[in-house]
Amino acid sequence: MVSPILELTNINKSFGHVHANKNINLTINKGTIHGIIGENGAGKSTLMSIVFGLYQANSGTIKVNGKEINLRSPKDSIINGIGMVHQHFMLVENFTVLENIILGFEGELVFGKNLEKAKKDLKDLCDTYKLNIDLNSTISDLSVGFRQRVEILKSLYRGAEILILDEPTGVLTPQEVDELFKILRSLKEEGKTIVLITHKLIEIMDLTSEVSVMRQGEMVGHTKTENTNKEQLAEMMVGRSVLLRLDKSEVKAGGVLFSVKNLTVKDDLDVTRVKNVDLEIRSGEILGLAGVTGNGQTELLEALSGIRKVESGEIYLEGKKVSDSQNFLDPRELKDKGLAHVPEDRQRMGLVTDFKAYENLIFGYHDQQPFSKSSVLNHRDIISHSKKIMEEYDVRPQSPNLITSNFSGGNQQKIILSRELNENPKVLLVGQPTRGVDIGAIEFIHQRLIDMRDRGAAILLVSVELDEVLSLSDRIAVMFDGKIVGEKDNKNVTDRELGLLMAGVV
Amino acid sequence: MEFLSDIASLINSTLRISTPLVFAAMAGIFAERSGVIDFSLEGKMLMAAFVAAVGSYFLGNPWLGLLLAIIACVSLSMLHGFASVTYKGDQVVSCVAINILIIGLTTALAAAWFGQAGLTPTLNEDQRFLEVNLPFAESLRNVPIIGTIYSDILSGHYIFVYLAYLSVPLVFWVVFKTSFGLRLRAVGENPSAVDTAGINVFAMRYKALAINGVLIAFAGAHLSTAVNANFFREMSAGRGYLALAAMIFGKWHPKTALVACLLFGFTDALQIRLQGVELPAIGEIPVQLIQAIPYVLTVVLLAGFVGKAIAPNAIGQPYIKER
Repeated sequence: MVSPILELTNINKSFGHVHANKNINLTINKGTIHGIIGENGAGKSTLMSIVFGLYQANSGTIKVNGKEINLRSPKDSIINGIGMVHQHFMLVENFTVLENIILGFEGELVFGKNLEKAKKDLKDLCDTYKLNIDLNSTISDLSVGFRQRVEILKSLYRGAEILILDEPTGVLTPQEVDELFKILRSLKEEGKTIVLITHKLIEIMDLTSEVSVMRQGEMVGHTKTENTNKEQLAEMMVGRSVLLRLDKSEVKAGGVLFSVKNLTVKDDLDVTRVKNVDLEIRSGEILGLAGVTGNGQTELLEALSGIRKVESGEIYLEGKKVSDSQNFLDPRELKDKGLAHVPEDRQRMGLVTDFKAYENLIFGYHDQQPFSKSSVLNHRDIISHSKKIMEEYDVRPQSPNLITSNFSGGNQQKIILSRELNENPKVLLVGQPTRGVDIGAIEFIHQRLIDMRDRGAAILLVSVELDEVLSLSDRIAVMFDGKIVGEKDNKNVTDRELGLLMAGVV
Repeated sequence: MEFLSDIASLINSTLRISTPLVFAAMAGIFAERSGVIDFSLEGKMLMAAFVAAVGSYFLGNPWLGLLLAIIACVSLSMLHGFASVTYKGDQVVSCVAINILIIGLTTALAAAWFGQAGLTPTLNEDQRFLEVNLPFAESLRNVPIIGTIYSDILSGHYIFVYLAYLSVPLVFWVVFKTSFGLRLRAVGENPSAVDTAGINVFAMRYKALAINGVLIAFAGAHLSTAVNANFFREMSAGRGYLALAAMIFGKWHPKTALVACLLFGFTDALQIRLQGVELPAIGEIPVQLIQAIPYVLTVVLLAGFVGKAIAPNAIGQPYIKER
């Protein structure tokens, strides 16, 4: 007998002029794993933040177990048995696991009896769900996967019957994802209800029994997972049919265009982040660099693009040495030699988000003809160039005078990409090209990268999205703890193998 | 024996001189652990000194003066909270505004009420705090060592001196052994974690600021109704800033902050002793140079010796819930 545990009726929420949730209706049945899928900015997180009491809806009703409740703060939600694991963990990094969990639910003014009871209860919970957490460890010492478990434990300790997880797998290795799914299934066995927010179709198919799809703030469909498939869900998410698999021709790799020998790089805190890395990228191929965030990819990319100093080792462009620890070319000189860089953090390094689109579209090339003559910008040519290139790269809206921060993530990325690709670089370094970009734009960006490769460019693709690395790359290198721990031909490698390399197990 | 009594009197003055620093540093710990920068310790200390002196003068009782000083300082803390917590203004700017306001306000009010810019009338014995002699201090004075420690160092201070050093373990206990302390530390590190735990971030910060106001009032009252018998212009003389430095030097921790306060107090006591002393070969050291010692020490300690002082993660950032 299925009974609804959570019912939302006509939920509306606006932030200023943005109508983030429009008349949302949603029913979640007790004891199920319910998926909510949608592109970035579709309003999933907003909706769940309303359910968790973090935001207040402008209108609509929320019922838990058939009883209407008024959610003014997370406290009300927690009392009603709703728990949430946020995308960015809500943990105090220099606190212990125990301190984080009891925060707000200490049950006593001065620590004593209740603290001992809490320790015992938490141990029992850990055992029941095989969470394997040491309550005395400090959060900053834990891996991302374990931090997530702490979040789950925290919700359970606070009495959650409904557990909402917001994009839980974004930061995990494939093995950690398996572990998480195991935990979620055992929670379901124990009668808990789970709401899984994600934009990854494969997770919906794997884990959920029911799925709801959101698009542009609206709920566009509900279905049982067994009655649908990935293609259908993708179409509902985007509103048109989407090519999930890339059309990619056979690799026709030429000579080595870009190579790195024995490269070591330190970060700002003087910690060695890249350790004796060797890489070679040939003309007409994409080398994918996989790895969990924070294993040195960022520093490697910065060193290769001339932003960060090389500690030791050499970098060669077209066989000529461009950088070592003594002499190095700056980004401008590298750019002149045909190297383009799409940085990982587009809002901090790729764009000046407070500037207008046309300004961002010419940065780095602004002092060249026809954009400037004798150091004076040629406004008319810049605008006409911007219009042309925005049309070519499908940047929406097509208004060169719009402030860049008003574009969506995907369109901001297209602005950078169009700027860098327009010069037909020989070598392209790309970091996280589709982070926070919606499916429709991902398809477009991937196609552009493939086109570049087919025109003979050497491309280094750094991404934490394993699917992306797998679908684009011709060869895949895996980075762990600053080292390249494995290099595979894309044709004969499985995501399992890569996952083990990424976790540093092999 | 003269050497020993010199040491004793040096320690004695160190304890006295450090007292306002200790109160202010403890006050700072509450504000900053909650994520609110408190640059306005200086202004609040000055305000407390003024209000305590004026209150004692009119009401004839230093305790009532202290009470008024507490009310004044808590109000200023609330003003700081209103600007920087509720209205999410820049916390440093809010503090600087308070500091400037108080310098002008105390000077102007003193002029209006007493006819002398920045000076309040001298308090008589009933209107100020007097030195407290601990029991048996006189009879134990001649016992070697113990007598020196008890009678010459520990006894004969103003009540505030004792309260200041008692406040340190109390602050430690509140911050690290109670659920309030856990929430206080959490709200300065990651307010989102506190919010999602169902605790009101803003209320936590206001509570921390209220405690901050109470503690800093003691520092001011100590200056104008205990060690001095009146208020004079800018009598806090940078002690608020010095305490802030001590708190940072002490890494926002009551015990280490206490050590830092005592160190600053000691250099100050030392510089008073050294004035006029002739050194062999060098001769008399200019007073200005000696007086600069505590400040030079502050700069040196903060610049290099302490290592990296890691501030509460969310310090200085107003909490914004919705995007």
